[in-house]
Amino acid sequence: MTNLIYLDNSATTPLHPEVLQAMMPYFTEEYGNPSSIYGLGQSAKEAVESARVQVAEAIGAKPTEIYFTGCGSEADNWAIKGIAKAREKKGKHIISSAIEHHAVLHTLESLEKQGFEVTYLPVDSDGKVSPESVKAAIRPDTILITIMMANNEIGTIEPIAEIGAIAKEHGVVFHTDAVQAVGSVPVNVAEMSIDMLSMSAHKFRGPKGIGALYVKNGIRPEIFMHGGAQERARRAGTENVASIVGMGKAISLATGALSEKMQKISALRDYLIAGIQEKIPYIKLNGHPTDRLPGNVNFSFQFIEGESLLLLLDLNGVAASSGSACTSGSLDPSHVLLALGLPHEIAHGSLRLSIGEQNTKEEIDKVLELLPNIVQRLRDMSPLYEQVKNQE
Amino acid sequence: MYSEKVMDHFSNPRNVGELADANAIGQVGNAKCGDIMKIYMKIENDIIVDVSFKTFGCGAAVATSSMATEMVKGKSIEEALKLTNKAVMEALDGLPPAKVHCSVLAEEAINAAIADYYARLGIEPPMEIRTCKCGDCHAHE
Repeated sequence: MTNLIYLDNSATTPLHPEVLQAMMPYFTEEYGNPSSIYGLGQSAKEAVESARVQVAEAIGAKPTEIYFTGCGSEADNWAIKGIAKAREKKGKHIISSAIEHHAVLHTLESLEKQGFEVTYLPVDSDGKVSPESVKAAIRPDTILITIMMANNEIGTIEPIAEIGAIAKEHGVVFHTDAVQAVGSVPVNVAEMSIDMLSMSAHKFRGPKGIGALYVKNGIRPEIFMHGGAQERARRAGTENVASIVGMGKAISLATGALSEKMQKISALRDYLIAGIQEKIPYIKLNGHPTDRLPGNVNFSFQFIEGESLLLLLDLNGVAASSGSACTSGSLDPSHVLLALGLPHEIAHGSLRLSIGEQNTKEEIDKVLELLPNIVQRLRDMSPLYEQVKNQE
Repeated sequence: MYSEKVMDHFSNPRNVGELADANAIGQVGNAKCGDIMKIYMKIENDIIVDVSFKTFGCGAAVATSSMATEMVKGKSIEEALKLTNKAVMEALDGLPPAKVHCSVLAEEAINAAIADYYARLGIEPPMEIRTCKCGDCHAHE
């Protein structure tokens, strides 16, 4: 589609042309296996290692602390199961939050079936985890705290540095799922006292199918994949060289001019939020009003259902996302929106528009022109709106 | 994910809106589950001379409402009560498995409207009407 307005940058982002260019040789002439000792292999090895430096620099880590993975979910799985297995003799208690991504929540559920105990901390109505509640939940048998850096649905940024300091003080390993944060907001593992951090390249204009786990030196999660000596023998398997190169290039580009990018994207976000608030009644902005990802806009529109909204936006050339039950394949709306305390019927009518650096003000204007009509059209069809209109 | 027929009935719904002179109204589903269907009918001499709907719900909920109203328009009460969710789904060239409950809701809404018709007249329906207490989201899974 030529005129597509892509506002689903939290789902994935378009590959940066310079990233593609950097990757291309590793699909063709640079086909060596990084484990081979001859020149062709060593040149692939150098490419992997320089990408590792790029990733490490972007988050304030050492290159030896970066492990490439197949995706962000793999990094989450490895961090959580790896620490659980390595430390189960010390304790079987884990602290997390109610609004984590399924890559974390479903991993924790699998551990619960194996006898681990998980405390899921509630969030306030803006989606914030309180550092005090983390502190209060720590027990002598607590082995891991895993709290996301920024929420994928509502964009709320969690007080990671404060939680990291508490974890450090109590000697508990601290993991954060930073898949939505890296490349969007400043991340520094040392300043934030983070022991493990998950990230994913396609969220910052890198390729799909590649992620990384930062593991602070001295922290030893169980080996993820047994086999060869790749990734310091912790995650065996021949490296996905082209994608690793792409991830390195993408993270350099994304974090290189981060403050200008954040300024540009958050200006568009605030313009979109203000426009929707001005033009459409019976709405609620979900997520923290200020501590939110630069590109995240999430609204609930009363009396209508999110999937219908997405379908009509799609028919009008706008790609977006929803926390509606109907898009998740279950009958329950998003666990994140419910954790904020939203009633089911309000959560069903949610819409996430996530802005990226390639979006323009003209595109936002177009959405502000389309959206009020689409919402009104669905409300006119809704028996819930009829009741409200009759009361007015 | 949806057939062309579903997308057609979703983007150009037939018979949408309230019916001013309706003498039968049925509403099923609930907001908590994410779908409510309300069917309005004008019934004369046991014939559904006009029908319309209002729906809060996903694309499949809107499309099944639209298709179900098309399928009972001009039909006798007896014929309308024979409409099954399966027939609505077939007419739409199928629905994804997670959306089958929407077609059940459409069948129930038709039945609920006809039950209301008899209730307003204060007479016992001469035939069996399938009604459902839709208090539970998972009742249709």
